[in-house]
Amino acid sequence: MAGQSGIIDDPEVRARWDGFQWTPENARKAKEIVARYPEGRQMSASIPFLDLAQRQVGAEANTQGWLPLPVMEFVARELGMAPIHVLEVATFYTMFNLVPVGRFHVQVCGTTPCMLRGSDDVLKACELRGLRKGHTTEDGLFTLTEVECLGACANAPMVQINDDNYEDLTEESMGAVLDALARGEHPKVGPQVERKTSCPEGGPTTLKKMAERNYDYRGSGDGSAS
Amino acid sequence: MKASGLRGRGGAGFPTGMKWSFMPKEPKPGKPNFLVINADESEPGSCKDREIIRHDPHKLIEGALIAGFAMRARAGYIYVRGEFIFETEVLRKAVAEAYEAGLLGKNAAGSGYDFDLFVHRGAGAYICGEETAMLESLEGKQGKPRLKPPFPAGAGLYGCPTTVNNVESIAVVPTILRRGPAWFASFGREKNEGTKLFQISGHVNCPCVVEETMSISFRELIDRHAGGIRGGWDNLLAVIPGGSSVPLVPAAEIMDAPMDFDGLKALGSGLGTAAVIVMDKSTDIVRAISRISYFYKHESCGQCTPCREGTGWMWRMMEKLREGDASVGEIDKLLDVTKQIEGHTICALGDAAAWPIQGLIRHFRPEIERRIAERTARGMLEAAE
Repeated sequence: MAGQSGIIDDPEVRARWDGFQWTPENARKAKEIVARYPEGRQMSASIPFLDLAQRQVGAEANTQGWLPLPVMEFVARELGMAPIHVLEVATFYTMFNLVPVGRFHVQVCGTTPCMLRGSDDVLKACELRGLRKGHTTEDGLFTLTEVECLGACANAPMVQINDDNYEDLTEESMGAVLDALARGEHPKVGPQVERKTSCPEGGPTTLKKMAERNYDYRGSGDGSAS
Repeated sequence: MKASGLRGRGGAGFPTGMKWSFMPKEPKPGKPNFLVINADESEPGSCKDREIIRHDPHKLIEGALIAGFAMRARAGYIYVRGEFIFETEVLRKAVAEAYEAGLLGKNAAGSGYDFDLFVHRGAGAYICGEETAMLESLEGKQGKPRLKPPFPAGAGLYGCPTTVNNVESIAVVPTILRRGPAWFASFGREKNEGTKLFQISGHVNCPCVVEETMSISFRELIDRHAGGIRGGWDNLLAVIPGGSSVPLVPAAEIMDAPMDFDGLKALGSGLGTAAVIVMDKSTDIVRAISRISYFYKHESCGQCTPCREGTGWMWRMMEKLREGDASVGEIDKLLDVTKQIEGHTICALGDAAAWPIQGLIRHFRPEIERRIAERTARGMLEAAE
């Protein structure tokens, strides 16, 4: 879909990736994945296989990874699919990178719920540090993409960087996350304010006795009140 | 399930018990029944299934086993949206625990019934939340909706009878059976029974996800759980009460409205997924809706011409209106185009792209016209200088 350029097919990429094979660990995972689908329906594994392949490519370069053409052809061979069918899948879903990305793929949500809570400020924090939408910084550290709703709207604005969500952001806290990543640190994932997941700030408003430990409300009348 | 009155929690609100009853009672050999659980939560504003998956996965698994048994399904697939990476890990672990405890698989929970449950993670495509697109995607293809009929209960996953249910619909099943359908039906108004996860985002003091009774008033929901509207109730401009695809409702109309299927339908909107997007008076309302138009342009699968071409056209027109760079007649032209997209596509994405714009024009036409007049006046002033 949008925001991605065409598939690269040049001799250099081919030379680098033609011999792509699963690592022993991923070969085991691939077996596990195919077993989830009925016999003869192994094509169902196309998305999980592409994800696994992208991760293996990424592990070598210490990035989120991407899908060189020979790697997609490898997936097609593994699943007995025509390569074009695998390419169709890889180009349809936004999480497949068709070009290399930087060490950190910064995916800022810009859809309305995040926009209302300040995704412009989050993007500003990125731009102040030299990140540009659709580009990788020269040091190879950051790739910036504006993405569509990532399903964390009660914690807006938010960003997904590689596999991790950072939520309830401001320009300052987004800047702090990026700076920490650049220093090689691991900033705390999840909400960047004092808050547990999507519980309201200041603590729960329902099932309060459940907040700390399991509590049996049966026989205590209205369970939702206290 | 029928007695509980549960209506599907994925947005359309179809009675869940009835949906289950469409499945063949005696599956043919080689054509097993399938349960597919829709966890491709992608409707802007929605973030409830995520909470069930990451905090209460066992409840979802228990519900899947019961639902699977009721519809004689051989196996179930939980299709989780691609970006829920951590959530999928949690769910996979819970499923593995259930297998280890003998609650899934051969002779599940000692019932003599065999039921397998698999977790499948997508890779980023809003359209896969549409049930037939989800089946296509699960079969390893592009997520492009199928023409209906045949409906999934006749020919769904791998051509076999299939029911697709939302995560929340399935996760509430164990509680309904444990406490009884009458208990569940005691919440909410008639035909809108039960409890519901509300996802409150936007301009409230404390955005959150909370389970409440259906038909709770908007005011009570916000005051009790979200700490009120930012800047007070007088500062409320409009609310999108059910996720991005339902039309907005102006402040005065929604303040004391019941939050349920019929209450919001009466306001020309809908409960959808109960993703409540609150907008205060600081909001650039045209931009807020235009950004939703961009979303649909981005997510159109490209199969049907009215949607593929129309979503892009509508977004470009919305951007013009945002700047006032249009004529008043173009508002009507836009409205006309939304009507031509609505109902003329295979799936409801075309409708979903049209409705927010229709809602904006219905309630905020004066604001759009004001921008056009202002820009025209500015243009004339510059020309005169």
